[in-house]
Amino acid sequence: MALSTTYELKTGPATRESFGKALVALGHANPNVVVCDADLSKSTYTHLFAKEFPQRFFQCGIAEANMVALGAGLASAGKIPFVASFAAFVINKGFEQLRVTAAYPNVNLKVVGTHSGISIGEDGPSQMSIEDLSLACNLPGFTVFSPADDLSMDRIMHLAAEHFGPVYVRAGRAKAPLIYSTDPGFRIGGSNTLLEGNDVCVLANGLLVAEAIRAAAQLDAEGISVRVVDLYSIKPIDREAIEKASRECGAIVVAEEHLKDTGIGTRVAQVAAETKPCPMEFVGVDNTYAESGTPEGLLQKYGLVATDVVAAIRRVLARK
Amino acid sequence: MTKTSNPAELAAISKRVRRHIVEMIAAAKSGHPGGSLSATELTVTLFFDVMRHDPANPKWADRDHYIIGKGHACPVLYAVMAECGYTPIDQLKTLRQMGSIYQGHPDVRFIPALEASTGSLGQGLSIGLGMACADRLDGRPSRTYVVLGDGEIQEGQVWEAAMFGGNHKVDNIVCIVDYNKIQLDGFVKDIMPLDPLADKWRSFGWHVIEVDGHDIPALQAAFAEAAATKGKPTALLAHTVKGKGVSFMENNPKFHGSAPNADELKLALEELA
Repeated sequence: MALSTTYELKTGPATRESFGKALVALGHANPNVVVCDADLSKSTYTHLFAKEFPQRFFQCGIAEANMVALGAGLASAGKIPFVASFAAFVINKGFEQLRVTAAYPNVNLKVVGTHSGISIGEDGPSQMSIEDLSLACNLPGFTVFSPADDLSMDRIMHLAAEHFGPVYVRAGRAKAPLIYSTDPGFRIGGSNTLLEGNDVCVLANGLLVAEAIRAAAQLDAEGISVRVVDLYSIKPIDREAIEKASRECGAIVVAEEHLKDTGIGTRVAQVAAETKPCPMEFVGVDNTYAESGTPEGLLQKYGLVATDVVAAIRRVLARK
Repeated sequence: MTKTSNPAELAAISKRVRRHIVEMIAAAKSGHPGGSLSATELTVTLFFDVMRHDPANPKWADRDHYIIGKGHACPVLYAVMAECGYTPIDQLKTLRQMGSIYQGHPDVRFIPALEASTGSLGQGLSIGLGMACADRLDGRPSRTYVVLGDGEIQEGQVWEAAMFGGNHKVDNIVCIVDYNKIQLDGFVKDIMPLDPLADKWRSFGWHVIEVDGHDIPALQAAFAEAAATKGKPTALLAHTVKGKGVSFMENNPKFHGSAPNADELKLALEELA
């Protein structure tokens, strides 16, 4: 057998860097785009926007609660504000503000959390966000994205800017393998099938998309046909793709750099339960905080690499 | 609506607004009369004299913004907006009922002319600063007025916002502290004292004006001074009396968050006749 598509998975920029570049492009395209940061602009890459558009950049200092509500005020007065910080800080320290000043009144605020997951590496658990997607999905009306690579971040940033309403976009610190060489189309509530297959479907987002592709390549040699779907739109979620995966493959694995207990896996399982249930397995952070280390070492230790996806696929196939 | 700078006319409107406040809260059988009555003159003076706004065109780009950070005191805002013609006066007594536009805390989903949904204390000044920054960026003449409770400024976010406003020299905003000295659990001095409050705001880079929050000419002068103050945001410390205008509610922590019963309503309306 041969995989339906070949992916080189060459190393690309971190999605935080892609975010920073996309912001500059958006800034040129729309004068209403403004940016707020909380003293992490060199890490979140919003410094690129600050340099290009100093008048439209608001340095908020280390004060995320104020930053989020300030962003809501900017949005209410007609701006398209992107507020950015590490995911762990903007989501956790700003959560109550996200709830009351953005979600509940349906304000046009865009929130970007960089340094998500455990792949930030050496800084350790206080800086690692393994809860952000779940928390963002807990905000009624929020649209939530987790892009996997450079091109998808660029497209998703444009979707975020064009959509009226609160949006959360997750970005990472580690360099991200390039998935897309051309734009297959991205939409709110969409997903992209990267590899066709019918024995099992792996739904993944972020860095785990590349791991899922590697797992599929490995199992292809054994004659196991693995479908890989980039589930970049976390909320709304692509119900059709999930139902189709369950119906056509009869087994699903969800892989994410997030707490397993509250992550996308639970949302996928909910949709499968409502449409077409099937055996499922989950790859994610298992009810623990990580530690300092190299990004690669941590992803291995905490079970977030291709071999873990392969193991989950074998488990789920055994239950089919 | 007819705007006026005449203090006697503003006082007469304030009295009507106070009657609405006690009537609507009595009808709802719950709500927060004390902090609504303390903020009456300052809210009336803003809407009927100081602010640029148009009830017929609530989203006028060049309007001024009013945000009540202490959302529980929304009866004063509802009563004033109704008197301005934004919303129906005859529905004020539906306060807090299911389906009423007059929700328990200000909710932009029900009254789009509101500038913000508030109720979780400490957020209003940040929202207001965002609006003021947007107005400044776009060169609009708009000014933003944010009313905070004194208890509310115990929230840390208020001081994050204060730091931002001072540092970014947001001089098109006025933060009004309704300094009525009482919060839910008792007197502010016993719960978590704020003094020296003027010094606190000054040290965060704000121009501070202290005023009797029930003295309409003094409020008018203070808002004019704030408008003339460039390069700094203004904090207006309005010394007020919680429950002002109804003798048995004045300085009485009980009426922070409880409604008058039928007898108390009758007494209150006699005093506000």
